[in-house]
Amino acid sequence: MKHPVRMLVVCAAALIWLIPFAWMAVASLRPDVSGTEDLASLLPAGPFDFSNYREAWASGRFPLWYLNTTILCVGILIVQCVTVSLAGYAFARLRFRFRGTLFTLFLMQILLPPAVLVVPNLAMITRLGLYDTLPGVMAPYFASAFGVFLMRQTFLSLPRDFEDAAMIDGATRLQVIVHILLPLARPGLVAFAIVSVTSHWNEFLWPLMALNSPSHQVLTVGLASFTSAAESGGSWGVIAAGTALVAAPLLAAFVIFQRQFVASFVFTGLK
Amino acid sequence: MMAPARVMSSNRRRSVTPRSSDGVYPRAAIQPPIWCCLPQPATLAVPALYAERIRTRRKPLSAGAVAAALLAPSLVFLIAFTYWPIVEVGLRSLTEQRFGETARWGFGNFARLFADPHFANAAWNSTLYAAGTIVPSLALALAFAVALRESGKLATVLRTCIVMPLLIPLVAAAALFVFIFLPGGGLLDWYLAKLGIGATNWLGDPSIALGSIIAITVWKNTGYYMLFFLAGLAGIPEDLHEAAKLDGAGAATRFLRITLPLLGPTLGFVTVIALLNVLTQIDHVIVMTQGGPSDSTNMLLYYIYQQAEQNYDPGLASAATLVSVAVLLALSVVGLRALERGMHHES
Repeated sequence: MKHPVRMLVVCAAALIWLIPFAWMAVASLRPDVSGTEDLASLLPAGPFDFSNYREAWASGRFPLWYLNTTILCVGILIVQCVTVSLAGYAFARLRFRFRGTLFTLFLMQILLPPAVLVVPNLAMITRLGLYDTLPGVMAPYFASAFGVFLMRQTFLSLPRDFEDAAMIDGATRLQVIVHILLPLARPGLVAFAIVSVTSHWNEFLWPLMALNSPSHQVLTVGLASFTSAAESGGSWGVIAAGTALVAAPLLAAFVIFQRQFVASFVFTGLK
Repeated sequence: MMAPARVMSSNRRRSVTPRSSDGVYPRAAIQPPIWCCLPQPATLAVPALYAERIRTRRKPLSAGAVAAALLAPSLVFLIAFTYWPIVEVGLRSLTEQRFGETARWGFGNFARLFADPHFANAAWNSTLYAAGTIVPSLALALAFAVALRESGKLATVLRTCIVMPLLIPLVAAAALFVFIFLPGGGLLDWYLAKLGIGATNWLGDPSIALGSIIAITVWKNTGYYMLFFLAGLAGIPEDLHEAAKLDGAGAATRFLRITLPLLGPTLGFVTVIALLNVLTQIDHVIVMTQGGPSDSTNMLLYYIYQQAEQNYDPGLASAATLVSVAVLLALSVVGLRALERGMHHES
């Protein structure tokens, strides 16, 4: 804070950054007013109530969307933790033929996010009979090259003393991974979990294409259909409320666990 | 930290033959970290167990077999959803299917693709969008990182403000910006009108729409890139700046001669991430403009989506996907190195 002018400029920029959120908060709490002039005002002038939230909640199927998105994120994460730790261990601790080649092949997936491969992936889950099911949306994410890379780096940074000791005393590799390495690698796993959940909570294109029935919809797709319906009616307050409902869980988690979030994103480097 | 002891005591009798070839057997003692000051039964147990181990030597699983077992769960899904799809896209892009005829092989899909002005337009828009997004968001991110690197309370709060857009879905950002960009009564026009500037059709004017889409992306992603620059800045030793200051270097010189060169790896790394983001995130285009008006916001991935979902043209969609994959991989050849350097940089 040594340069007052510079600080002033940065503060102003940060305020500009907050404008969309400020509008979301104000507009979602402002009851439907006649005349559109006041809609854009950022000044929090009352009276406020929760009518927009009530209307948004009633016109969307939010409980269902929350449930589906949660199932999606948790399901992906659980399977990922297994695949990623096993493969990460193999790349970090074993020496085998084609290790370098395989690792490069794995890394390729980081640079080819499933979004690019939507067309063939859609054909694939259809062939597997998983079209329009949540497992179908999850399946392409079960293997995460990025997670493998992350866990490998984490394992490499851990000393081998404990696992060597356990191996000499007859522990199996699986026991070594589960009882020794994973507890020590917790920071890496937590970072991966935060990034994984954030990216799948926010994903849109793939669930949009892979799901069809309204009862399987997730938050983002639900919000999009909900918004386009509300837009034609010009009910901006309801849109703001719906957006807030979708964004709130992660935003709240971020504000509460800010340090952990920031560390995770920097630690992992990729969404 | 008690886990090792438990595993050992329960498995004391089963001994595993150590192999030096797979790198599993203890390396030369490494510098133990502080938390290793606990008693380490392992090192003590080695000599005592050694004789027994020789007696009970069994043929162990080869490292290759173990690795195969450990990699299998990942490989199954990688093959099903990354490698095979690329092969499939390749095959399908070479299959020409006309209505009522049998399929035949050929480059017809690529011929159609490259002859399609919409595709050329989408590729051009993607390039514009990439440049228009990456340059300002990286510049802003770097500026914010330099200004907010202090650990004070105010800096922390301001950093939070900049990072917040990262946490919301792109469709949620789009929902907010639909109103911000609403012509006339929308947030932007409403405030601009107070300054005496007339209404603008931010999303409806073909010459402006891409710019508006770019603005959303910049708003959403700058905070993400800032985090990396903050991490990179933290790695630059303070005494370099002090020394330069003593030598009479001004703030600008110090930034150009010290900060920027030392941030090189971070910059490369962030550029790769930004490129990937730009080419793979088109949610706002889908909900806000559907590629319009007059195709001015159509981009590669949206074009693919259009061919697949609206025109039911798998040949064209596959050819376009293959081209995108090739572009991404080509960028990655350059990028992977920066990526690895960047990762290195963080650890």
